[in-house]
Amino acid sequence: MTQEDQQTTIIEPLHLLGKVEEFRKKGCRLVQMHCTKVGDTFEINYSFDINYEFSNIRIITDGKTEIPSISGIYWGAFIYENEMHDLFGIRFAGMNIDFSGNLIRTAKKNPFADPSFRGEKPCPDA
Amino acid sequence: MSYLSRSPWLLHYDASSCNGCDIEVLACLSPLYDVERFGIINTGNPKHADVLVITGGINEQNRQVVRNIYDQMPDPKVVVAVGICACTGGVFRECYNVVGGIDCIIPVDVYVPGCAARPESIIDGIVRALDILEAKKERMGKPGGTGPAGSPAGGAQ
Amino acid sequence: MPRRIVVPFGPQHPVLPEPIHLDLVLKDEHVEEALPSIGYIHRGLETLVTKREYPEYVYIAERTCGICSFIHGMTYCQAVEKLVDCTVPERALFLRTIWSEYSRLHSHLLWLGLFADALGFENLFMASWRLRESVLDVLEETTGGRVIQGSCKVGGVRKDISGETLERMRKGLDIIERDAGEIADVFLRDDSIVSRTRGIGVLSREDAYALGAVGPTARASGVGIDLRKTGYAAYDKLSFSPVVETAGDCHARCAVRVKELFTSIDLIRQAIAKIPDGPIEEKPKKNPEGDYFARSEQPRGELVHYVKGDGSRHLVRSRIRTPTLTNLPSLVRMLKGCNLADVPVIVLSIDPCIGCAER
Repeated sequence: MTQEDQQTTIIEPLHLLGKVEEFRKKGCRLVQMHCTKVGDTFEINYSFDINYEFSNIRIITDGKTEIPSISGIYWGAFIYENEMHDLFGIRFAGMNIDFSGNLIRTAKKNPFADPSFRGEKPCPDA
Repeated sequence: MSYLSRSPWLLHYDASSCNGCDIEVLACLSPLYDVERFGIINTGNPKHADVLVITGGINEQNRQVVRNIYDQMPDPKVVVAVGICACTGGVFRECYNVVGGIDCIIPVDVYVPGCAARPESIIDGIVRALDILEAKKERMGKPGGTGPAGSPAGGAQ
Repeated sequence: MPRRIVVPFGPQHPVLPEPIHLDLVLKDEHVEEALPSIGYIHRGLETLVTKREYPEYVYIAERTCGICSFIHGMTYCQAVEKLVDCTVPERALFLRTIWSEYSRLHSHLLWLGLFADALGFENLFMASWRLRESVLDVLEETTGGRVIQGSCKVGGVRKDISGETLERMRKGLDIIERDAGEIADVFLRDDSIVSRTRGIGVLSREDAYALGAVGPTARASGVGIDLRKTGYAAYDKLSFSPVVETAGDCHARCAVRVKELFTSIDLIRQAIAKIPDGPIEEKPKKNPEGDYFARSEQPRGELVHYVKGDGSRHLVRSRIRTPTLTNLPSLVRMLKGCNLADVPVIVLSIDPCIGCAER
């Protein structure tokens, strides 16, 4: 079994677009984007792959600041950005397709930003 | 003669299942299990259906969809909840977006447990539901019988 | 004078076993734009990671999707194994590979059946699903479950397969291969299938790569990405080459899956021949700490499980990036400009697994 070596570089949100553009110029494929809540901050990860070489960049944000959208560089990024918007409430500036919170319609607004669980009590009447 | 239960039409809806039970419901149609030998046909149209087979638990998004499908089906009708998620919410019962089993929205006649429910138990559940369907039909013909769609008395609980 | 109208497609639609909703902007019969909206199966299961201890979460990970359940469980385990510094014994890796490939067989046969059904070819649907049952029998005999196997655990696998059973499986593969050959011939050559799928929903090589398409959707457009080549589990000890087609239409996507049936059969044969003796699990020595992205090839494409641990029994975050989610931008591109009547076939051709995509 071979385990992949993975490198995560933490960058400033300011340098995000430039860095992503670099990856695109190298011919990388956007593997995924996702967000993790750590304490009060949010880590946003951007993963790229070329010839099975995986690299990841991370920005750290407070969840309120608007993040520039990378959908101008990778067209397909809109799906991840809308997902993060719906689940974590992170706002992206300049998305090519903006579902305005309707991609994943959830019972609770931004459920992943403040996770809660249903109790064991019987469900309320519908 | 039991004309109704000899050729029941079935409508399958995936509420928020993981697909496991869905494909087992579909597997019932395949040559090995072949529910068509009971005269059962899978339809996509609620107006044609006698049996509503639901897999997966109710979530906030499909609450109204399930209700709509149920209301559109003509009487008499029976509901079969397939899989533990449809019965109680299963492993996902604590998730914020899950409301619970099917019975918090519409009356359920037969509960088929299992994760994923096996085709044998699904067929067993549907065949049991057919008896309930027949009984409901008989009651409908009589004065003072169960009312039309949507009344809670429709479920044999 | 053509008029623009918006037609809602789904969530409950005869061709789809699962609910997905598309808003189709039409100009007469022409689709100008398609916008997906999902959420009918969203459960929010990733949040459960903070409620369950990390060895228990395998069950939740498996139930992300009932079709590729084994591979979900395995990829989650691979991610956690990296965080707990656990070396999985060789035999367990081979068993994982064997079960993964049987899962792929069952998933592809399932899809081929549904695809035939969407084309109105019911006989072929029955033939594919009959063959699928013989694959499920093997899974049930060796793991105890037909669609949800539950045989993978952090540090190895839960069950061993005896030499006798392996021998029986090896013989069974000949029969599966023979029957698959008959079905394959129909899918690849039948006139009515070819005429309903060729030239429909074309995705160019450039688009497939730029939009991040994965799995058969990408390989049908000439992008030869197959994560099994990274050599996870025992794939580094087996030889195969990814199936690549170049046409990029619905027929090419169908052909990739048909041909992958034989790749899987071959991989299982190789694995059965090379499987070493030894233990099947190793106990984790510490709690997970740090973060890792585990990647694997699901029947639908590249799957990413991200886990982050803080040294306690509960992980902080599990993120499951499923292939269907990544293939949605490609689907939006394919639907642009097609005819309304072709929409069901095109939607089905990416093998959408909504349970996965919404989690």
